[in-house]
Amino acid sequence: MKNDSVIQINGLTKRYGQQIAVDNLSLTVHRGEIFGLLGPNGAGKTTTILMLLGLSEPTAGKIKVCGIDPTFQPLLVKEKVGYLPDEVGFYENLSGLDNLLYTAALNRIEEPVAKEKAKDLLKQVGLTEKANEKVQTYSRGMKQRLGLADILIKEPEVIILDEPTNGIDPEGVRELLALIKQLSRERNMTVLLSSHQLHQVQQICDRVGLFVEGKLIAAGPIKELARNLFKDDPILLETEVESVSEQLIRAIEANEYVTKVKQEGHRLSIFCRQQVSADIAKIIVNQGAQLTYLKQQDYGLDEIYHRYFEGGVQ
Amino acid sequence: MAALKNLKILLQQAPATEKANQAQHPFWAMVQKEAMDHINSWRFMILLGLMLLTTIASLYTAISSLQNALAEDTSTSFVFLKLFTATDGTLPPFITFISLLGPIIGIALGFDAVNAERSKGTLSRLLAQPIPRDYIINAKFVASLFVIAVMIFILGFLMIGFGILLTGIPPTPEEFWRIFFFLLVSIVYIGVWLNLAIMFSVKFKQPATSALSGLAVWLFFSLFFTMIINIIVEATVPSQVSDISQLIGYQGFVQNLLRISPSQLFSEATTTLLVPTIRTLGPITIEQAYGAIAGPLPLGQSILLVWPQLTCLVAAAAVIFGLSYVFFMKQEIRSRS
Repeated sequence: MKNDSVIQINGLTKRYGQQIAVDNLSLTVHRGEIFGLLGPNGAGKTTTILMLLGLSEPTAGKIKVCGIDPTFQPLLVKEKVGYLPDEVGFYENLSGLDNLLYTAALNRIEEPVAKEKAKDLLKQVGLTEKANEKVQTYSRGMKQRLGLADILIKEPEVIILDEPTNGIDPEGVRELLALIKQLSRERNMTVLLSSHQLHQVQQICDRVGLFVEGKLIAAGPIKELARNLFKDDPILLETEVESVSEQLIRAIEANEYVTKVKQEGHRLSIFCRQQVSADIAKIIVNQGAQLTYLKQQDYGLDEIYHRYFEGGVQ
Repeated sequence: MAALKNLKILLQQAPATEKANQAQHPFWAMVQKEAMDHINSWRFMILLGLMLLTTIASLYTAISSLQNALAEDTSTSFVFLKLFTATDGTLPPFITFISLLGPIIGIALGFDAVNAERSKGTLSRLLAQPIPRDYIINAKFVASLFVIAVMIFILGFLMIGFGILLTGIPPTPEEFWRIFFFLLVSIVYIGVWLNLAIMFSVKFKQPATSALSGLAVWLFFSLFFTMIINIIVEATVPSQVSDISQLIGYQGFVQNLLRISPSQLFSEATTTLLVPTIRTLGPITIEQAYGAIAGPLPLGQSILLVWPQLTCLVAAAAVIFGLSYVFFMKQEIRSRS
């Protein structure tokens, strides 16, 4: 298991004056997995990523990326790691292809080889037709895909994506994430991506880490996280009712398996210990309220997230 | 025979070693890209147009005054250099133009060196590549200086070419070397302003702010600096001159104050280079001048005379670049902010 870890972080801390950006963070990412670093803006995700690349110095703690300490040998790490920053920028007056070739030159890739690779990658990210057009004509999503091609040209072992889905339309996000997943599987590449958009990321991540105020509060596969977190009420029922009344809610809460009911307009979220959909439906119908919708929900990251903030960070 | 065999082996090996070196060193790839960016930019076109116009104008004013200058100058030596320094009064000569517009070139090529990369989001992408951080600022400096050097030499040689065509007098070798050194000093002088602009581009996030700061420094030195020196002189001038050495010392003090300005250093250095009859830059008494035979200095002596000015210019460029280097290396790199 030990040889298997690509990123190892141990007790990592970063302070800016009095403010603590990253607090005693320990984390391991394995080869070939997609790890999602999730948390609200300003949680210290970007700071952590910068330290992984040796672009920022940790106040305390140890980092190993591919067995190399980025604080002391940043160049070696940067040879193996592709980093796509938040809001990646390109030289707008150059074509997409030329931008890739420039990156290749900085990675000491010979020009004929680089050209071959660049064309290949542009095809993979679906930019072949735009390859010779200036980047200023690209849309946000296209730039993000060009960014993917840009980090892949050096054939990295690890790619780090900082908020890759920011500012792209839903369809673009879907395509981009599918692309990331496909590339990672094809090349057995480790992916670390940070995001604050939970439900998008949960589709592709093998494991996630929840990051709040510089602390990693939970890490693991989403299902497992949910199971740990919602031990008391593993089942969530969503229902929509025409006319919600106090009485109805009280009636539902009276059920012995129901632990909590939350109301949002016509929508009720019912947390229960067992699958009791039939009973709930009966209660609602008996109360004379019009039932329009009832479904068992999986706990997604949204709920996990909310749960943490609701209860405060323990 | 054995030697021939060796040669054959060497020849066979040559393509292999060549292939290994085919990948360009990242630093030169960066320099190349930066230089191309400059040359393809509108900014460079405008600067080049401006400088060409300057060259033509100063050539015109020099030619029309050349006749008078030739009539006055009995020695008639170094006629060709007069193309760079003579004027009929309507327009300043080439040498003054460079001292005035040189800073603009430097500032224009350097003011957005680092902050534009930052605001376009390319800086963090560059820094994620396996290149040392200082390559970025070094490559920018080298590329800009290279572009400046090319521009200045083009202009200088254009002056020489048109000068030969219009006057029919070819420059002597010494005149050529004097012009060559003058062009070199001009490049160093513009390099000072380039470095200043790069430093502001590291310090200020907005390109407009850094451009304005550069221009402010330039305006300060070209407009207000001598005024301030005058005020200082008026306040500190000794009321009673007891002996001549005190006066000379005071004169030296004022001159050194003026030399804080790079354009003062530049004009002292270049006039000495282009006007060989200048024998000293400091005050001179009649006793000292008495008995001296008026004549031009050889090139070596002229260079020796302005050696301090040259070192000061190079030092100024180096110090300012060093500062921007330190600022840049210490800066936290965040995307776009």
